[in-house]
Amino acid sequence: MNTQTTRKDWVSDQEVRWCPGCGDYSVLMAMQMMLVTAGATPENTVFVSGIGCSSRFPYYMNTYGVHSIHGRAPAFATGLAISRPDLDVWVITGDGDALSIGGNHFIHALRRNINIKILLFNNQIYGLTKGQYSPTTEIGHITKSSPYGSLDAPFNPVSLALGAQGSFVARTHDMDRQHMIDMFKRAWLHKGAAMVEIYQNCNIYNDGAFEKITAKDARADNLIPLEHKKPIIFGKEKELGVILDAADGNVTGGPSVNLRIAKVQDVGQDKILVHDETREDSSLAFALSRLSRGVFEPTPIGVFRDVSTPEYGAQVADQLDGVKAKKGTGTLKQLLRSGPTWTVD
Amino acid sequence: MTNVKTTNVKQLDKLILRFAGDSGDGMQLVGDRFSIESAIFGNDLVTLPDYPAEIRAPAGTLPGVSAFQIQIADHDILTPGDIPDALVAMNPAALKANFRNITSATTIIVNSDSFDERSLAKAGYSSNPLTDGSLAGYKVYEVPMTSLTVEASKDSGAKPRDAERAKNFFALGLVSWIYGRPTKDVLDWMTEHFASKPLVLEVNKRAFNAGYNFGETAELFESSYEIGPAKLPPGEYTQITGNTAIAWGLVVAADLSRLSLFLGSYPITPASDILHELAKHKNFGVRTFQAEDEISAVQAALGASFGGSLGVTTTSGPGLDLKAETIGLALSLELPLLVIDVQRAGPSTGMPTKPEQSDLLTACYGRHGEAPLPVLAAKTPTDCFDVVIEAVRIAIKYRTPVILLSDAYLANGSEPWRLPDLDGFDRIDPGFADSPNYEEADGRRVLYPYLRDADTLARPWVLPGTPGLEHRIGGLEKKEPSGEVSYDPINHALMTRIRRDKIAGIARDIPPVFVDDPDDGVGEGTQLLVLGWGSTYGAITTAAKRVRARGKKVAHAHLTYLNPFPSNLGDVLSKYSKVIVPECNLGQLTMMIRAKFLVDAHCISKVQGQPFKSSELERTIISVLDGQVQHGIDEDGVTR
Repeated sequence: MNTQTTRKDWVSDQEVRWCPGCGDYSVLMAMQMMLVTAGATPENTVFVSGIGCSSRFPYYMNTYGVHSIHGRAPAFATGLAISRPDLDVWVITGDGDALSIGGNHFIHALRRNINIKILLFNNQIYGLTKGQYSPTTEIGHITKSSPYGSLDAPFNPVSLALGAQGSFVARTHDMDRQHMIDMFKRAWLHKGAAMVEIYQNCNIYNDGAFEKITAKDARADNLIPLEHKKPIIFGKEKELGVILDAADGNVTGGPSVNLRIAKVQDVGQDKILVHDETREDSSLAFALSRLSRGVFEPTPIGVFRDVSTPEYGAQVADQLDGVKAKKGTGTLKQLLRSGPTWTVD
Repeated sequence: MTNVKTTNVKQLDKLILRFAGDSGDGMQLVGDRFSIESAIFGNDLVTLPDYPAEIRAPAGTLPGVSAFQIQIADHDILTPGDIPDALVAMNPAALKANFRNITSATTIIVNSDSFDERSLAKAGYSSNPLTDGSLAGYKVYEVPMTSLTVEASKDSGAKPRDAERAKNFFALGLVSWIYGRPTKDVLDWMTEHFASKPLVLEVNKRAFNAGYNFGETAELFESSYEIGPAKLPPGEYTQITGNTAIAWGLVVAADLSRLSLFLGSYPITPASDILHELAKHKNFGVRTFQAEDEISAVQAALGASFGGSLGVTTTSGPGLDLKAETIGLALSLELPLLVIDVQRAGPSTGMPTKPEQSDLLTACYGRHGEAPLPVLAAKTPTDCFDVVIEAVRIAIKYRTPVILLSDAYLANGSEPWRLPDLDGFDRIDPGFADSPNYEEADGRRVLYPYLRDADTLARPWVLPGTPGLEHRIGGLEKKEPSGEVSYDPINHALMTRIRRDKIAGIARDIPPVFVDDPDDGVGEGTQLLVLGWGSTYGAITTAAKRVRARGKKVAHAHLTYLNPFPSNLGDVLSKYSKVIVPECNLGQLTMMIRAKFLVDAHCISKVQGQPFKSSELERTIISVLDGQVQHGIDEDGVTR
């Protein structure tokens, strides 16, 4: 299908069954709109999910789709992407699915740089099982399984993805459709593994979890937009910025990378850190991911890292071609004669 | 070197030889070379590597003993033999660990240099068995292999510490002389194998030749032996282990189906060699993926199947447990998937290098929900090749996960294999869907992913990338036949039965079980049936032959298909008044047979991490024919 698609081409005939008011609706809409503008084709697009509310996503897309088992979508997608490099393979997952039961597959898919695009719907709660704390729930949070407050230190998915050597790591939120579309598009264009964390509101079990930073009137002061080659500044008057306090002033060689927020007028415009997504060393991207202690204070969103590094499936294909070129395409006759043979008359 | 014998040469019809030494002594290597020498010479043979899981258990101790048993014969044989005719023991621990496997008829050849006080103590000997009379009645040859090996390497430039490591080749040279083996193939192999290490090559060659010449000149041995070539069917042969046979069978099956082979695997003993073998064959377009864990391995294979590849995963017991949920998903998605379980002694980590047949019930029933799938088992190393192709055929034709059971005995054991005529195999048609299969009331042509073939009940397999056939499938229950998510109770009952019937119907598509019963209808007919499955084939067949040679009647049937059973199995069982089932477990097939056919089948168990010996089964069959109840090999306290 080479013709331009419309959003309708991407909508399946299934009734969408998320709770009314769920943040997932806006993610679904943003994805469908992005695929139209990007020029993707439904027959070459596959959505693979695990288990959880967000994992129902594939049923609502008129593409190929697999609703697999809890936590294992990245592994399923890995086999698919390695064997079918012609497909656009998306993984739809949540904070429990990706970071708890599926943590192992999540980090290894990123480490190997498998050509899959992981959308991590982070609502900091188990929704489908009706309200237990998840690996991203804040310490002290009261949930059904933590009536006296959660004791678990939460994961920061962006930090984890960067630590797992993700070649594309971004964050967006469900209240800003255009930003989601931009991030999804960037992920789609990236060659290799991409991870986009989506702050997503669960209006039933964890309503308002991100409100302090994503509400319309809070965004300017609490979302720090990361834009390539631009100074990292935010605030209603763009009066705040991120500066680097490295012990020896050396970003990559210093003992630590300390970032802090400062008033631009106090430090001067040229002290403001200029964001570089393509930095090979991920220390600075990681420091940016640690800038905020939680979703109650200024938090960076956008693309943390986008580096070009060989994609796994392509390397597998190259290796097959390389061995064929060196040894010649194998024949079954040769295979059966790999070891010593003898003839009985 | 010539093969002219100065001593008396005796003809043997078979030889059972066991090499035993420390796990660092290279026993598996010389066992392999002796096998190849004999195979090329034209003997029939079967091998049994028997080694510890530890790479290097403490040197000189009993747990560190590594052994390699081989039977070679001038006729068709099916087992590595029971009691060795000759035992090569490289140290006291090797002698001690293998002493219970031998009788006074066994010739013992020891490396006498290693019987020093320290080594004796490590092996737990309080006195030297070579001198304290405990080997009285045994024919023992004491050969100072270490010092003769070091002596042979003099002036080669090798340090004595390095040179003595070649003593395994001295042993190989010695037994090659005693048993009349041609030496050219070993020397050629050495030249190729050690080409990049000229000094090692030199030392090994000298050691091998020294061992050979020692046999000829030492006048220690009153005779040497010859085991003539076997009359095997004409053709081109190679020697193959079960694991290699599986790997090659997969490549052939991929070719027959014109699918790309995708292996998702996580390293696990004793299955890893299948991964190693397939990883070599990238020029056949084979994709091997070493996953982060067992679950990822099978999920990736299933993902590849969804994309239209031949998805395969290889594992052993602990891995099979971990894969259970994904196998259930494959069953619900109704996609082809092959799961190969090379069984080992369990439960838990168990004994990783030792065989057992104790995963049968897990394979058949080890998933939540009503989750039937086809289960097949290979019976010999070379049979692995045929069975893996059959497993692929079933997986593709019926869009189902299939479990193929092998075990550590088949995996590492080897035998000569007549190369098959590949044109003799039928093509396997994946039959990918290329157009919608259903017309809606409004005239729209759509794909119903669960609209089934009326005959096989298989659903369409659709390649992603096919325009117009986009569809969503998952682990949730599906509405028949549209495939939409459904919680309808009647629909679930229907789907559960369809999934059952689809697998049960495969019985119409597999051969009836063959019964080896030469006395069928003779006199009063045969009363006793021995029913086996998997790797017990060689031992049961050999035992049945011997029982018949004693004038008694016994029938033998061997199952390749464990689910569904061949359609004639019920009739076969009902023909015999007694049914015994030898299994390396505590009665898993026996339980299935009793449940399904209401027959009073009786299990003969062996759970020692060792295959049955044919002598054990011969005795058991005789005593059952004599009217005694037998419970199993373990319980009579006799292990040989």
